[in-house]
Amino acid sequence: MDLSFTYAGADKPSMENVDLSIEKGEFVILTGPSGCGKTTFCRCLNGLIPNFYAGDLRGELKVDGIDVRGKSTAELATHVGFVFQNPENQLFSLSVERDVAFGLENLGIPREEALKRVEWAMEVTGILNLRNKAPYELSGGQQQRAAIAGVLAMRPGIIVLDEPTSFLDPKSAEEIVAVIAKLNQELNLTTLLVEHRLDVVSKYANRVIVMDKGKVALDGPPGEIYGDEARLIGIGLPRVTMLFHLLRRDGFQVKKNPTTVQQAAEELNRMLNQ
Amino acid sequence: MISVENVSFNYPSGPEVLHDMNLRINDGEFVAIMGENGAGKTTLVKMFNGLLKPVRGRVLIDGVETHQKSVAQLSRDVGLIFQNPDHQLFAETVQGELAFSLRNFGFSEDVIQRRVTNLLTALDLERYATSSPFVLSGGERKRVALAAILVWDPKHVIMDEPTIGQDYLQKDRLRHFIMQLKSQEKTVVIVTHDVEFVAECKPRVILLSQGKVIADGSAVDILTNRRLVEQSSLVMPQIASLMNNLNSLHAPPGIIDAYSAREFLKDKLRRAVTTRPPPER
Amino acid sequence: MDSPIHRLDPRSKFILTLGFFACSLMFTNIYALVIIFIAQIPGVLLAKTVGRWLRSMRGGLFLGVFIFVMNVIFGTTIVSSLAFTMRFFAIMSAFSFFFMTTSADDLGLALEQVHVPYSISFTFTTAVRLVPTMAIDAQTVVDAQRSRGLELDKGNLMKRIKNYIPILIPLIISAIRRSVELAEALESRAFGATENRTSITTLRMKASDIAVIIGTFIGLALAAYVYFYVPLPTLVIPFEFPPIELPRLF
Repeated sequence: MDLSFTYAGADKPSMENVDLSIEKGEFVILTGPSGCGKTTFCRCLNGLIPNFYAGDLRGELKVDGIDVRGKSTAELATHVGFVFQNPENQLFSLSVERDVAFGLENLGIPREEALKRVEWAMEVTGILNLRNKAPYELSGGQQQRAAIAGVLAMRPGIIVLDEPTSFLDPKSAEEIVAVIAKLNQELNLTTLLVEHRLDVVSKYANRVIVMDKGKVALDGPPGEIYGDEARLIGIGLPRVTMLFHLLRRDGFQVKKNPTTVQQAAEELNRMLNQ
Repeated sequence: MISVENVSFNYPSGPEVLHDMNLRINDGEFVAIMGENGAGKTTLVKMFNGLLKPVRGRVLIDGVETHQKSVAQLSRDVGLIFQNPDHQLFAETVQGELAFSLRNFGFSEDVIQRRVTNLLTALDLERYATSSPFVLSGGERKRVALAAILVWDPKHVIMDEPTIGQDYLQKDRLRHFIMQLKSQEKTVVIVTHDVEFVAECKPRVILLSQGKVIADGSAVDILTNRRLVEQSSLVMPQIASLMNNLNSLHAPPGIIDAYSAREFLKDKLRRAVTTRPPPER
Repeated sequence: MDSPIHRLDPRSKFILTLGFFACSLMFTNIYALVIIFIAQIPGVLLAKTVGRWLRSMRGGLFLGVFIFVMNVIFGTTIVSSLAFTMRFFAIMSAFSFFFMTTSADDLGLALEQVHVPYSISFTFTTAVRLVPTMAIDAQTVVDAQRSRGLELDKGNLMKRIKNYIPILIPLIISAIRRSVELAEALESRAFGATENRTSITTLRMKASDIAVIIGTFIGLALAAYVYFYVPLPTLVIPFEFPPIELPRLF
């Protein structure tokens, strides 16, 4: 609600008057050009702002019904899970199993319970077979899965992922996004995914929020959002959407705004067979 | 010309990373080197400026073997831009950053002044001339790193993963910039796994896998080849997948980006839509 | 890496290491010190770390020679100087071997279980774990700057030192950025949430560990016996460096 944040030492806010509400179980994509404030927004959700990053935070923020202001990041970790861009710097142990348990150990969860949760987290992310491997032995995609497992083990109600596919090759990127979507479905885990690669993620999300210059510019289902305004803001629309935009400019009647290959094929077939 | 002849390479006491590679890049070509992580892409480009020397075989830059020259000498002609700008930024000001290499190469002060100013303008960095590179944003630092290499005007420009972490506008600017370099007749080589970027630029593509060249041809040919794409942990460009889906259309096999797709479809749609009135503009 | 030595509990290994350390300090006799040094070799063979062990010995060579030369210059006999050098190698070998055969995680666990504050043991294991990562970073920075014409092997001493500034600064900045990212991730995993941290793995002493500890004490007892009661042969070399006359200062 009306959230604003200015980093200490900055002369203007990185984020202004952001008004959003996200329901349980939604899969939301947060995107926007570099510097639009999406990273700032995410870091408010788990307390990194203002606890880790000093600055002036105004407004209200409630996550899972809890008022985030005044809570430490450690306290919020059981409510908001955060997965970072660089897999290398968020894995702490010499074995995947110990790494997934790391958060639980920090929370003082008793050993029995911790082991059960670790087992479960590794299973739902599909990395049981990697349990004894060292993080440096894993591929980027596997590392990100381990990071997700480590976060899931703490049983948060919402998971925030900040450009998790940045350092991954295209195939691994698709795989990890599929895993994230599956987790969102199966566990009803509210998911906020910050991404530039809209072609990969659009097929899974039911809502896209576009930020620009620190404010929320657009908010809605992908089909509606991926229009002219989005293009002008400068986000990387899926190529099929771009194609239809071009066709519309050429004067053709396009009924939908396809965001996936599937939708595009359907729409084209319809248009060609009229 | 960059010439790789029967090159094999392994790090000391390590497994072979490049196996008996052969390839040739002519002056002024635009090439994308693609392949899965660990295929040897970065190792290969480090051979072009002598950072790594082949264990077997030889690499020739403009006819001279890299064994015979130092990295500094080779770098005069081969500019290698690393993925992470933070690995090279160190000066007190952006100007200083750009002047660094020129000083290393022994340019005179007035030439240095001129070139630095020119490049700052060319890359839209004038207002940061006296700023510290460290206070700039990620995208701006990447531009500074790019400027710092281009400032000495190398004949061949090599970029290692230039699109990682960039948003759409930044990539667009990069694409225009590469086109500019091409118009200056520079050889441009990019190491990337950004399929859509390559689909839009359409360079020659050299596909590496496990230290070998498994394909060398046009972007169109390689990115529409499902087997090759799978093997290298890539994905087909969205438009190419779309065209595959619409096999009833008998689309010609070269369509991998939105613009060519629109041209082709415009035609087909116009024929299907004969009774619509012309659009208002 | 795996071997019976690697599988030992770090605490028992450390006690063994301390045992060698104590013995090395006890003796000044060159024969005894050589034996203490050689006694570690079966362990090295068993752990299959011969290559790394030899490399660490080679790394200590400079310092060893320095110790020898310094001792001789300041008037110690050659034999004694050799003995001190041997002592240095025996101690260095024991500690190197310990670190070579103990993973950073296990070390961290051991520190925790002897009630070292978690923040300290974690800092330690993370630092150890980051060494190879930072080494790669360093190499990348060197590569990047060389690609801009930086020549590290040219110029006089002053120039060469100055040439390291473009290497050090990016490295330091890289290290700082990495630390910040790590810290963010740590906070997000509830680091420091509670004083009572649990652990899913616990180190447990096995029979082999007890054996090693008992063995160490027996060894120490034996060493003490030899020290007090057994006259050791002395080595005499019919050669001595002429004593250096240090000039009188006053």
